[in-house]
Amino acid sequence: MKIDILKHNLVPKHEIMSNSEIKKSFKDLDYEIKNLPKIKLSDPVSKNIDAKEGDILKITRDSQTAGTFVTYRVVEK
Amino acid sequence: MNKFIKKIAQINFGLMSPEDIRKMSVVKIETPDTYDEDGYPIENGLMDPHLGVIDPSLKCRSCGFRGGECQGHFGSINLARPVIHVGFGDVIHKILRSTCNECGRILLDDVAIEEYRDKINDLLNQGENLNDLIKEIYNISKKDVCPHCEAEQEDIKIDKPISIIQGDYKLTSSEVREKLEKITDDDAFVLGVNPEVARPEWLILTVLPVPPVTVRPSITLDTGERSEDDLTHKLVDILRINQRLIENMEAGAPQLIVEDLWELLQYHVTTYFDNEASGVPPARHRSGRPLKTLAQRLKGKEGRFRSNLSGKRVNFSARTVISPDPNISINEVGVPEMIAKEVTVPSYVTDWNIDEMKKYIENGPDIHPGANYVIRLDGRKIRVYDETKEAILEKLEPGYIVERHLNNGDMVLFNRQPSLHRMSMMAHEVKVLPYKTFRLNLCVCPPYNADFDGDEMNMHVFQTDESRAEAKSLMRVQEHILSPRFGGPIIGAIHDHISGAYLLTREESTFTEEQALQIIRKSHLPIPKRKNEDWTGKELFSLLLPDDFNINYKAEICRKCDVCLKEDCENDAYVVIKDGQLLYGAMDEKAYGSFSGKILDAIMKEYGPTRTKEFLDRSTDLAICGIMKTGITTSTNDEEIPDEAQERINAHLVMAEEKVDKLVVAYEEGELEALPGRSLEETLEMKIMQVLGEARDKSGEIAESYFGMDNHSVVMALTGARASMLNLTQITACVGQQSVRGGRIHRGYIDRTLPHFRKSELGAKAKGFVHSSYKGGLDPIEFFFHAMGGREGLVDTAIRTAQSGYMQRRLVNALQDLQVKESGLVTDNNGLVIQTMFGEDGVDPAKSDYGKAADLDKIIDEMRIK
Ligand SMILES: [Mg+2]
Ligand SMILES: [Zn+2]
Ligand SMILES: [Zn+2]
Ligand SMILES: [Zn+2]
Repeated sequence: MKIDILKHNLVPKHEIMSNSEIKKSFKDLDYEIKNLPKIKLSDPVSKNIDAKEGDILKITRDSQTAGTFVTYRVVEK
Repeated sequence: MNKFIKKIAQINFGLMSPEDIRKMSVVKIETPDTYDEDGYPIENGLMDPHLGVIDPSLKCRSCGFRGGECQGHFGSINLARPVIHVGFGDVIHKILRSTCNECGRILLDDVAIEEYRDKINDLLNQGENLNDLIKEIYNISKKDVCPHCEAEQEDIKIDKPISIIQGDYKLTSSEVREKLEKITDDDAFVLGVNPEVARPEWLILTVLPVPPVTVRPSITLDTGERSEDDLTHKLVDILRINQRLIENMEAGAPQLIVEDLWELLQYHVTTYFDNEASGVPPARHRSGRPLKTLAQRLKGKEGRFRSNLSGKRVNFSARTVISPDPNISINEVGVPEMIAKEVTVPSYVTDWNIDEMKKYIENGPDIHPGANYVIRLDGRKIRVYDETKEAILEKLEPGYIVERHLNNGDMVLFNRQPSLHRMSMMAHEVKVLPYKTFRLNLCVCPPYNADFDGDEMNMHVFQTDESRAEAKSLMRVQEHILSPRFGGPIIGAIHDHISGAYLLTREESTFTEEQALQIIRKSHLPIPKRKNEDWTGKELFSLLLPDDFNINYKAEICRKCDVCLKEDCENDAYVVIKDGQLLYGAMDEKAYGSFSGKILDAIMKEYGPTRTKEFLDRSTDLAICGIMKTGITTSTNDEEIPDEAQERINAHLVMAEEKVDKLVVAYEEGELEALPGRSLEETLEMKIMQVLGEARDKSGEIAESYFGMDNHSVVMALTGARASMLNLTQITACVGQQSVRGGRIHRGYIDRTLPHFRKSELGAKAKGFVHSSYKGGLDPIEFFFHAMGGREGLVDTAIRTAQSGYMQRRLVNALQDLQVKESGLVTDNNGLVIQTMFGEDGVDPAKSDYGKAADLDKIIDEMRIK
């Protein structure tokens, strides 16, 4: 039996960002994209959503303080 | 001096080869003498001028720089015979044990050696730690017969710290060195010795480096006598023996004498490195004091690392015992005049303050608002003496800096260790006071976790305007009333401050107008118009509150009635404040106690730090007046109850104990039914604990019913000032079950806690139930059980502090360099993003409402009122 880990309630929503989305989200950022937290290409989630090296994942997760919170990770080898 | 910054890319550790030591050496040291009769250093002696200079008027013979600029140069001593380095005794032993006595190869076959070489290379490439693998190699390379030359292997032992014994024969250092020389570079690599930076035979010294004189400066005593550093003494010893050894060897002295001298040389070199090596008697000074040699300079609490590199000491700081002073503001700190005259503030002289500065200089260093030093325009620092005063005053002009005494109103940093959170270091305003202790307001005890049983605290004086300004806006006490830990007040009333407020504001507390006005005056509050009638305590307290202040809450003294009667509460426990008037309810811990003060919290959040500071300062004054109205005192009389009550309690406890006995009988006869998921024994324990717990609570309730609010112990317990009702009932009624490891006491003798009981007895008393009260007194058995429980408590706290201290250290190390940008972005010092929004919601917990950005319910309530 194959389990879809993306449906597990401890795995937050991961989405690969499109170029236009990246442009919009990081329009006036005060840090470099390469300084974002990383996620391994070999991470079960990156494998599951077919992320490529250099992609930026948008992660939407529950937050104790803010309700939901959006964070980003760069896929690296 | 060169003033460029170099970045250290990496540090390589290795051994120094004899050639390295010779190359580094600027002079060969041969004579054990230091100075000649005229006091000049002897060439090739331990003070040879090539080794560098200290005196700034002399030039170094090696580098040409003057003393202070020349950092010193190493010399060397050629040892007549090789000597083992104490630090490496273990390593030498391990290497010899794992290699062949004859051919020097590792005691593993070639396949295994290759395998391990690859493993080491792998780990090196991954940049990982080799320690475990090397340890494994040493453990596995032990064979009776060498796989390479088939020679039989003798056991190699070490007699700590430096004697290597093969079989029954003690190897000489030369023999050890020869064995180590045989090991090939490739084998050395597998044994963890990188041949690029070290060779096994370098673990044995043939040349000894002599540190420059800057490392071991001689001191000239007041008598003009010269006293040499311990290291120099030790080097003299080494040179003397070395010289004698050379002479004897050249003269062809008998082997025995040479060996004795060799042994002695080994001893001196050993103690030169480490004078506390086990198994070696420490070398002593003529006075009998053990010498401080190289290892002693570095090791331990007083060593270079912990004392000089990690432990930095600072100027312009002071430390003394603390004591309380309710008459100073929470923003202030009382500084003893003695300290104020010692630590100074540098003040620029300007046209506007020159007269003031002149007065300070006139007062000099001994009269309080005075000055200790003056820094001239050219940067020269002059001490203010009675003799120099006149000259300084004449020349004083704008641009001079006067190091004046600490004075009222100066900002200082105040700190109590352990500094666990940011409130452990706050900026206070100085108030110079007589006597010798630092004084602080009682409301700031909780953030510092200070009490006055001998606690000491540190004070630091700011030396620049920037630091003063920054501290005043960020570190001032009033800016820290709310804790970032839970978003509520941490600075607030404690102890008598709370019971005082209760005594002042409770229902029956009234004052004649004269008394009231006196209290108002004493509390530094604006004097109101006379109203020609008596004042209530509540009216007095209302003077502290802002005019438009509204709040309702249940006080600490609330007895949790089934139906709350609100304003009509018979305990006066429902507080109503409307338009700044305290209408119902008495003040207690919930009003303005540290950690739980609701009024304090609301004033802070609505009116800001300055208003809150004022509220706390004035309420302290008022509470003192309140407590002085009746006075507060306590004795064991407070815990007295009538005989009839004592009998009721006793009857109740006896009944509970009988109930326990019945449970035990039921268990023994197999009639007890196990609770789901529990064994029979667990069920019994749980039921007994429950019965006994209820018994103690019930006995407490009976006692409590005889306690009223006219009892000062009860006032303190119920208002939250100090102690609890449990403490009081344990004194009066019953101490209750003692516990070890969360259950009844089972440990001690075989199948019983004490020999006073039958084996496997399960009754209340046999397992640590204390029937007596503290006041009535415990019997010896109860006392013993009580001590067991008490001991566990002490051990637990000791372990907890150690554990949480280490956890805190690791957390701080991980977080210390993080920064929060204005946008809420959190990065580390390399610019790596930790969070895109601080705490995910961007809320500063110290400015929050108990962790939330705002309390919506409260805001809606407020809007409804309007
Ligand atoms: Mg203390
Ligand atoms: Zn020099
Ligand atoms: Zn061999
Ligand atoms: Zn009530």
